[in-house]
Amino acid sequence: MTREPLLSVENLTVQFRGDRGWVTAIEDVSFQIGAGENLGIVGESGSGKSVSALSILRLHGRANTRYASGAIRFAGRDLLSMSERELRRVRGGDIAMIFQDPMSSLNPVLTVAEQIIEPLQLHQGLSAAAARRRAIELLEMVRIADAGRRIDEYPHRLSGGMRQRVMIAIAIACRPKLLIADEPTTALDVTIQGQILELLRDLQREIGMSVALITHDLGVIAEFAQRVLVMYAGRVIEEAPVAALFDRPMHPYTDGLIDAVPKLEGDLHRLTTIPGNIPDLAAVIPGCRFNPRCREAREACRRDAPALLPVGPDHLSRCPPRAAAAGGAA
Amino acid sequence: MTAAPTAPIITVRDLVKTFPVRGRPGEPKRLLRAVDNVSFDVFRGETLGLVGESGSGKSTTGRMLVGLISTSSGSVELFGHQIAAGAEKGALNKVRSRLQFVFQDPQNSLNPRMRVGDAIAEPLDVAGGLSRQDRQDRVRELLGLVGLPTGCGDRFPHEFSGGQRQRIGIARSLALKPDFIVCDEPVSSLDVSMQAQIVNLLLDLQEQLGLSYLFIAHDLAVVRNISTRVAVMYAGGIVEMAPKRELYAAPKHPYTQALLQAVPRPVPGRARPPSVAGELPSLIDPPKGCAFHPRCPFAFERCRIEKPRLQPDAAGHAVACHLHEAGSSAQ
Repeated sequence: MTREPLLSVENLTVQFRGDRGWVTAIEDVSFQIGAGENLGIVGESGSGKSVSALSILRLHGRANTRYASGAIRFAGRDLLSMSERELRRVRGGDIAMIFQDPMSSLNPVLTVAEQIIEPLQLHQGLSAAAARRRAIELLEMVRIADAGRRIDEYPHRLSGGMRQRVMIAIAIACRPKLLIADEPTTALDVTIQGQILELLRDLQREIGMSVALITHDLGVIAEFAQRVLVMYAGRVIEEAPVAALFDRPMHPYTDGLIDAVPKLEGDLHRLTTIPGNIPDLAAVIPGCRFNPRCREAREACRRDAPALLPVGPDHLSRCPPRAAAAGGAA
Repeated sequence: MTAAPTAPIITVRDLVKTFPVRGRPGEPKRLLRAVDNVSFDVFRGETLGLVGESGSGKSTTGRMLVGLISTSSGSVELFGHQIAAGAEKGALNKVRSRLQFVFQDPQNSLNPRMRVGDAIAEPLDVAGGLSRQDRQDRVRELLGLVGLPTGCGDRFPHEFSGGQRQRIGIARSLALKPDFIVCDEPVSSLDVSMQAQIVNLLLDLQEQLGLSYLFIAHDLAVVRNISTRVAVMYAGGIVEMAPKRELYAAPKHPYTQALLQAVPRPVPGRARPPSVAGELPSLIDPPKGCAFHPRCPFAFERCRIEKPRLQPDAAGHAVACHLHEAGSSAQ
């Protein structure tokens, strides 16, 4: 997309301490986000998509997390080797984050004003009066009507969609270069979900930021992302430009995710499903981690761990049989 | 796919639920009208999809049907027994075992310290009369019915994934062989891939056991596969109700159209129509006339004054919208 990516995650492996020792939550995850680019990260619960996103800002509990290998380069610096103090200046500054549930990410005993003003004073050193003026501007930017009055409300007085708008206002307060959005619309009603996605797209243009959008819903991905990372059981299993991913999915798991989206047109047959469940983090699965659920699994899939292989322009897949077929066709 | 509907097993007429809301000190108590004159039938073997956003009154309606909350006015008739306010005492008990409820959140609706086998058997224990062996056999049978390993009854809820926990919730609801199940957003908290598994399971069970469902959801895509008919709720009232094919092929109410357009489709580069503006109105102080008019792109004078009534056409497609009233030529 650009010569030098804004963010580059390289071979990242993250482990968590569990009851029975360390388990690997994500393994050898690499991806890049260009300036102004929308990256979608998709997968089921337990696929490692949120772990990857939270690792960028090292938001996992320190005592029970091990960044076992890899690097996270942002604007030329390695976030993994930064001190906690240095990293705190990045969080909410150049990299901001919004979460699924705006109720539990807002502080219920502080007004909206207090919560927006905090990052403005911390990162930009604004006076209280200037910060308040800027906060009202920000609420207007996220299309909150009557912002001058709303700013003194407590979160419980706001609807779910309004709260997510407030979260977004806080996130963009310091004009971040990268916004990480972890399931930002999953808890919202469909008509509000559409409004929030439109808002994110408008703000991205206005501010010129990059967005990493994490979701389990390929419908949302299709509407928002330019490039997509599909994760399964802690690994990236496919990466592609969004059009290529939907036109020519090159991993059976991606096929399954696309087919599982309920359709509004066409036949009314039973929904297509991916059989089974995502494996437990601690489960030992020889070969391809998807093979127990894969309809196309062969002998080699149960034996050899597959590599992420090129299958087309900017298109990678961790499915050697599909890659071989693509290579043979080319 | 399902048996041809004959007589309704559930008849709901003019159902209303109001909740008192405490005002600020000194202000009088006010009423929040959560469900406002809702009427519908559910026929044997069918699924009525009940769709609406947060605050539309869909869950409150579902809960009133199974007696989880009381009604304020209106009538609810289940299998020929009136159970709404003013009905004879104990009427609900006569039909209670034939009604069940599946909750949205399988995480919170299962006791984390109870083995799932015991959770599934709890309704059987309450009903009584089963030997240990029969109870155990029934639990195994129910686990098998919902596609779980029959021997997993000794495990605890945390050992299961969200989708599996919802299967446990369904198994529990089937324990007393109900005829009618209210499924209150049973897939809303699940991943898309798990949603499809649960919807297919509910379809299979319906076919095997002849169940009827009221299937509550906040999005029209989810109910499309499972529903026989679909009712759309907005701000406490039903704004449109129709057989499935008609509703999806030719939605009439502007809110139904907005809901359909809002569903994200797995089609990159699709020109998405702009989202409908605004949010759900206050239910304490609802807008005059049609509750949707402040958000409606087609609203005209009459919509601001007069509340439209739900009126069916000859094909059974009912809509509450002045644009579609007899004699109106507006599209």
